[in-house]
Amino acid sequence: MRHEDGGKIASPEQMQVWMKQTMDWIGGIAAQNKFVGGTGLLFDGAKVIRHGVVTNGPFGEIKETIGGFITVRAESVEEAVEFAKGCPVLQGDGNSMEVRRIAKNDGRH
Amino acid sequence: MRKPPGSPGRLFLAMAQQELIPHLFRSEYRKIVSVLCRRFGFEQIEIAEDIASDTFAAAAQTWGLNGAPKNPVAWLYTVAKNKAKNHLQRDTVFESKVVPEVQHDTSELHEYEIDLSPKNITDSQLQMMFAICHPSIPSEAQIGLALRILCGFGIDEIADAFLTNKETINKRLYRAKEKLRDELINIEFPGPAEIDKRLENVLTSIYLLFNEGYYSVSQNEVLRKDLCFEAIRLCEMLIDNQNTDKPQVSALLALMYFQSSRFDARVNKYGEIVLYDDQDINLWDQEMITKGGYFLHRSATGDTLSKYHLEASIAYWSTQKQDTPEKWENILQLYNRCLQLEYSPIAALNRTYALAKANGKQQAIIEAEKLKLENNQFYFALLGELYTDVENSKANENFQKALSLAKTPADRQVIQRKIDQL
Repeated sequence: MRHEDGGKIASPEQMQVWMKQTMDWIGGIAAQNKFVGGTGLLFDGAKVIRHGVVTNGPFGEIKETIGGFITVRAESVEEAVEFAKGCPVLQGDGNSMEVRRIAKNDGRH
Repeated sequence: MRKPPGSPGRLFLAMAQQELIPHLFRSEYRKIVSVLCRRFGFEQIEIAEDIASDTFAAAAQTWGLNGAPKNPVAWLYTVAKNKAKNHLQRDTVFESKVVPEVQHDTSELHEYEIDLSPKNITDSQLQMMFAICHPSIPSEAQIGLALRILCGFGIDEIADAFLTNKETINKRLYRAKEKLRDELINIEFPGPAEIDKRLENVLTSIYLLFNEGYYSVSQNEVLRKDLCFEAIRLCEMLIDNQNTDKPQVSALLALMYFQSSRFDARVNKYGEIVLYDDQDINLWDQEMITKGGYFLHRSATGDTLSKYHLEASIAYWSTQKQDTPEKWENILQLYNRCLQLEYSPIAALNRTYALAKANGKQQAIIEAEKLKLENNQFYFALLGELYTDVENSKANENFQKALSLAKTPADRQVIQRKIDQL
């Protein structure tokens, strides 16, 4: 889940709606026995470490920040894309989803 | 009214006695077996069972002639103890293996003493529970063993519960006992480091035992109730012991009480299933609902959210008959979390039903079609339900598929009624 602007503050009501939509979305994937795990990431307290220099938040330099990720058990990239299309994060302006395959620990990437 | 033959007093006594032994068998057999088996070890579990059975045979014979003693339980324990002592004295294995180890003991009496004190009975049963629910024993066998050894069920009853014959059950129990011996499983409490993991296995078995009763295909309602109450009893034993009184145990107990509260409401006098929506709330057992509430509250501590917490919370909402948006939204979110912890087809179906109630049928139909549980009668029943009044031809199509997959006459009856109502 990529957010264009992680600094945006949503109202508690809006947060509640998103929370429900997100839970329903994940529940729908889990109901197909295709949910593996998920992690939401906070924007608060984010640090960037580069050449020994630690700075607060990456938000000034890049346009998108990662808001979280979920791992699904999909038959194909296409199926994973279908799951991603349902994510409520996409309702936010400029937000996007990125689908990536997980590298197996078999030396291939 | 015609008077029964003989004096009423004597008849009453005879009847009371007739019921006394089966009653005591149910409550005392398992205690005697657990204590003896713990004393002898699993190598001699059959002997422990034989001694317990012989004790009841002796009771039937003696009490039938002389009437029941004043304190029947004490009588049973004394006879069981004597039989066990005789066995220990005779047993050559005991002579060669155990005697050298206990030689330091000064009193000879101690070697043959059988401790049937309440504390040792409880400890033995709990330890037996952990032994039987060992992860190396297949779950079907665990439930069979639990019913036999922890609940004192007869082979007939176990066979009836599993809809199979005595021979199959005997074989299954025999293999399970072999396994207990082969794996050298000890009858003891797991250490503090292990207890959570092992407790999880015990809870799973209790949960399965309960479900066996609650969702059983067996038509024997009394037996099904017994299975559920036994599961509750075993769970209460865990609550009564400080080492096993954990939040998830309270949560499981709450779940079972909430579910059991609808026992009398879900079958009508003709033995037909009454669906939740059509149930008479007056038949819901309020006392059980209250107990469920108590244990659910009690489970709300610690930092682990078990699947039992989630399922108990769902079961709590099911005790609130009124359809409110709040109810269905809560149930939906609980199922969402349940499925993330552990997938099961039935949770997926129930979640989709809650989705229809909370978010509307249109969305639920789209999600239901993705589940693809093609061999599951309840999947098609759910689809039929969702399409009803939306697209009745599809509803009919799905109910027909459910009908062809239904396994019991009761299930077929429920589905047929749905089709007729379309």
